[in-house]
Amino acid sequence: MTELAFESVAHVYRAGGVRALDGVDLRIASGERVAVVGQNGSGKTTLVRHLNGLLRPTSGRVLLDGTDVASHTVAELARSIGLVFQDPDQQIFAGSVRAEVEFGPRNLGMRGSQLRSAVDEALEAVGLSGEARTNPYDLGASRRKLLAMASVLAMRTPVLVLDEPTTGQDLRGVAIVRSAVDSAHAAGRTIIAISHDMDFVASTFDRVVVMRAGRVILDGPPASVFDERSWEVLRSTYLEPPLPSRLGARLGLGPTPTDEDLIRALKASA
Amino acid sequence: MTLTLDGVRYRYAGAARPALGEVSLELAAGEVVGVVGASESGKTTLCLVASGLAPRTVGGTLSGRLLLDGTDVAPLPIHALAGRIGIVFSSPATQLTGVTGTVYEEVAFGPMNLGLPRPEVIARTESALAALGIESLAGRDPALLSGGQQQLVSICGLLALRPAHLVLDEPTAQLDPAGTRLVADALSRLAAEGASILVAEQKTDLLALLCRRVVALDAGRVALAGPARSVLGDPSLDALGVSPPAPIRLARLAAGAGLPPAAARRLNEALAS
Repeated sequence: MTELAFESVAHVYRAGGVRALDGVDLRIASGERVAVVGQNGSGKTTLVRHLNGLLRPTSGRVLLDGTDVASHTVAELARSIGLVFQDPDQQIFAGSVRAEVEFGPRNLGMRGSQLRSAVDEALEAVGLSGEARTNPYDLGASRRKLLAMASVLAMRTPVLVLDEPTTGQDLRGVAIVRSAVDSAHAAGRTIIAISHDMDFVASTFDRVVVMRAGRVILDGPPASVFDERSWEVLRSTYLEPPLPSRLGARLGLGPTPTDEDLIRALKASA
Repeated sequence: MTLTLDGVRYRYAGAARPALGEVSLELAAGEVVGVVGASESGKTTLCLVASGLAPRTVGGTLSGRLLLDGTDVAPLPIHALAGRIGIVFSSPATQLTGVTGTVYEEVAFGPMNLGLPRPEVIARTESALAALGIESLAGRDPALLSGGQQQLVSICGLLALRPAHLVLDEPTAQLDPAGTRLVADALSRLAAEGASILVAEQKTDLLALLCRRVVALDAGRVALAGPARSVLGDPSLDALGVSPPAPIRLARLAAGAGLPPAAARRLNEALAS
């Protein structure tokens, strides 16, 4: 299976000289659901772009199953790491929704019924089965974003990386993203998502990595990262714990990062 | 400084159906009105129409009228509108000029093009940068910032124009909570100076803080309109594809979970404080 590791990774953008990563050490085991959070400009996007070779470390190493990703081409990495950009328009180019979703898996060598089922399954997962022949640019921005996600889901990569997947999504769109993450998890895939949506993070991920100024400053399950004892550190990177955490702390119920945790703790305390 | 949409219907060129049905809306001077709705319910289209960009630059056909301070803007050329009304798009890539080398120049770009005297341009640029807490980015290249930082810069550029009317389409989508709060504070201050402001957002928690009134769209029509508290607390909001503010969501969940009365009371007290 696929294990990922960052070893003392630093990245300085050549243009502008900004030190976006400043010594990141991180191991992610196969099948983990990891959310990466932190203030704007803290290095989240820079971090994940190292996974598929879009960016190379200025110093340190990124390992995929123990081998340095520097020894792989971007095309080779695409088999293992599927990355969905924050802005779908950086990604979409085909003339129909189906052609867009087919492109990735076809390039990985899928053909015939295997290709068909990969595409069908991905369109189904994001609720776009009925739009297979639609031009991507006739979809609204939030459905284009779901399309971009489908085109990566269809590649069935062992690792799925999502950059702010719930941004601009309505209630139904957020539910679609959450269930796509859940089914990818059930299929044994690793999911890494950048998000500012703390409710989504607390309810969908097992592990939360908090970044500030290019470093990891907290790393743990939602119950510990959003626990009252971590709030000061969270606020130093402009984050706020989700509302159920804040209410649970106020009521002395211990860590309650999700709505369900809070209701359960309230019931137990009564 | 009022903004009025009077019986507006709008259809994109080549579209089978109108994107906006019949929408009428009036923003008083100093008023912030929120717009919610599912994806493709017409929020972005409403922003384009309310800012005078549709059909002026987008094409399509509009019936009904957009009035600023009581005057129909239809006969006005786009440059005559630019000094009076601003729009912030949800994607900063659409917004940034692409022709400036630093954030400072990017923010100063608008006021410079209004032909303001130099000291005024400098004062406006610096106060807008301070309002959003991004003075430290002033010397950076806008193209090399993170998505959230670019979103702050594009909002900053609009604030520096000090428009009498402002329309924002999901302005905080990519922002962290602190950035979101700074934007909310800046919009409240602009409204306090008399601007009328229309904000489309998925973040209903933000609208609950910022807006006196909220409009919910459904398939291009106004499904709900009224005081923010009643629209955001309306039981049909979920069915419209809009997630209610977190306190309302939790209170409902608790009511449905059959909490013992003492526990329900504790939760309600915590929610109220």
